[in-house]
Amino acid sequence: MGTMSTANQSLGTKTWRRAIIFFVALYLLLPIAAMLDFSTKSLSGKRGLSSWRAIFQQPDLISAVVVSLELAIIVVALVFFLIVPTVVWVHLKLPKLRRPIELICLIPLAIPGIVLVVGVASIYRWISIHVTESPLMLAAVYSMLVLPYTYRSLSAALNSVDIHTLAEASRTLGASTYRMLFGVVFPTIRAGVMSGAVIAIALVLGEYTISSILNFSTMQVEINLIGQTDGFVAVAISLASLIFVFLLLVVIPTTVNQKNEVLEAEHS
Amino acid sequence: MTDVIQDTGAGSALRGAGLRAWRKYSAYVGVLPFMILVSIFLLWPTFSVVSGAFQNAAGKFDLSTLKSVLSSASHRAAFEHSIQISAITAIAGSVVGALFAWAVSTGKSGGALRRICLSASGVLAQFGGVMLTFAYLATFGFNGLVTSFFIKHWSHSFFAHPTWLYGITGLCIVYSFFQIPLMFLVFLPTVDNLKPQWREASDGLGGGTFEYWRRIGIPVLTPSFLGAFLLLFANSFSAYATAASLVSQGSIITPLEISGALSSETGANNPALAKSLSLAMVVVVVIVMALYTLLRRRVSKWEQ
Repeated sequence: MGTMSTANQSLGTKTWRRAIIFFVALYLLLPIAAMLDFSTKSLSGKRGLSSWRAIFQQPDLISAVVVSLELAIIVVALVFFLIVPTVVWVHLKLPKLRRPIELICLIPLAIPGIVLVVGVASIYRWISIHVTESPLMLAAVYSMLVLPYTYRSLSAALNSVDIHTLAEASRTLGASTYRMLFGVVFPTIRAGVMSGAVIAIALVLGEYTISSILNFSTMQVEINLIGQTDGFVAVAISLASLIFVFLLLVVIPTTVNQKNEVLEAEHS
Repeated sequence: MTDVIQDTGAGSALRGAGLRAWRKYSAYVGVLPFMILVSIFLLWPTFSVVSGAFQNAAGKFDLSTLKSVLSSASHRAAFEHSIQISAITAIAGSVVGALFAWAVSTGKSGGALRRICLSASGVLAQFGGVMLTFAYLATFGFNGLVTSFFIKHWSHSFFAHPTWLYGITGLCIVYSFFQIPLMFLVFLPTVDNLKPQWREASDGLGGGTFEYWRRIGIPVLTPSFLGAFLLLFANSFSAYATAASLVSQGSIITPLEISGALSSETGANNPALAKSLSLAMVVVVVIVMALYTLLRRRVSKWEQ
């Protein structure tokens, strides 16, 4: 009787599982299928890849994509060489500052992008008059937007291993500070740093609010502009960039899984 | 710099007082570049928005803009729409996303399905923005896949006549494209924590599926679920890109009103108004996020 009922339950569970996965996947894949369908259509009603080919005939779009990629690289560099070292430094040397730094890193969650742009608009006006009009200056405010995400994955990685013991052990064994940071601390938190960096790339490439209001031509601003004149091409670009970032993100779960396996092995 | 740091251990007490003071504070130098960047691009802008809401054009303390915002029917309507859309999409997104997370979580832990769902959700939740608008238009727009299908087969149905495309209903549908995946991302770790042993124990004591969910599953998941709901609410409330690229005329929600007040193209450039509206948004998000933090604290206590 007992085994019978569990068998029935698992069958019921299986049916529910499959039904839920089927319907949600349908709902989320439908737009993707619709984009594929739409981007191969044209006003004349003929099927073809003309919209896809047109992507490469948009010089403004190409230069905007380059700007967005450059911004992504600068922001990732800021994450690697400024945010990560600072957070690690505070963890190891300045425990008093841990709470304040955590709070600062969480502020962007409470300040919507559209509100932040109200605040930084005057700063960017000053920069464009006195320093440079380069859109690459956006990297500064973008690095603020990614703070909560990098901080979260970083602090999870720092808390999951006992970083203090590791640091002290390496110190006792005669390692220099440099060796301790680059030989011991960073390799242990690498997975956390990497997943934070990939989220940062996705956020920068997808950012629209700040750049559009400050009149900088980034990828999203350009896609939106194209959409106002040619919906077919805009849909093709949108699908292409969604697939591109999807492929980019497929890379993280592997590193995250590796990290989890290490943790599980430690716990057991 | 490395030498200074290396010496912070024992034996430093023997050196001079000046050196000791330097040693005490030298660690703070390492935080300076970060603090400078954060002060200029995060702390000052936040302060300027909050303080600017209480000032007039001359920089004097003035409550008139704030008062006019609170008493204006159009600003209030936009604000109510924002709240309404956030509530609807947070409810729908959290319920559907939670079910989806449960369904995926009960599958194989390292399976391909799980990996693909995680990556796809990451794209839709964090990258979407403008592109989701085009996905939505390609699906439900006048020339879209679903619309053409319904025109052919059920020409009197809701989907065959998308008059709701650029209104509140449309915004709710397009927002669900990123709300459901976000819920999945946030809630998956929680349902992963439901231990199979609990189910076995419940079965062993004679409880059925219903009993298990009523007495164990739902009570255990509730705090996390409520926390995730609040996060979704804040996410939808703050969203701008999708709405801005979809709705070209009129400002039906507060973020669109803010950008309208900021843009000088229409000649309506009004920073004081933008700051007052922003303050109203920040107040809502801060309240929601504070509740979220409180809930998370309870959850993380339990998860340990």
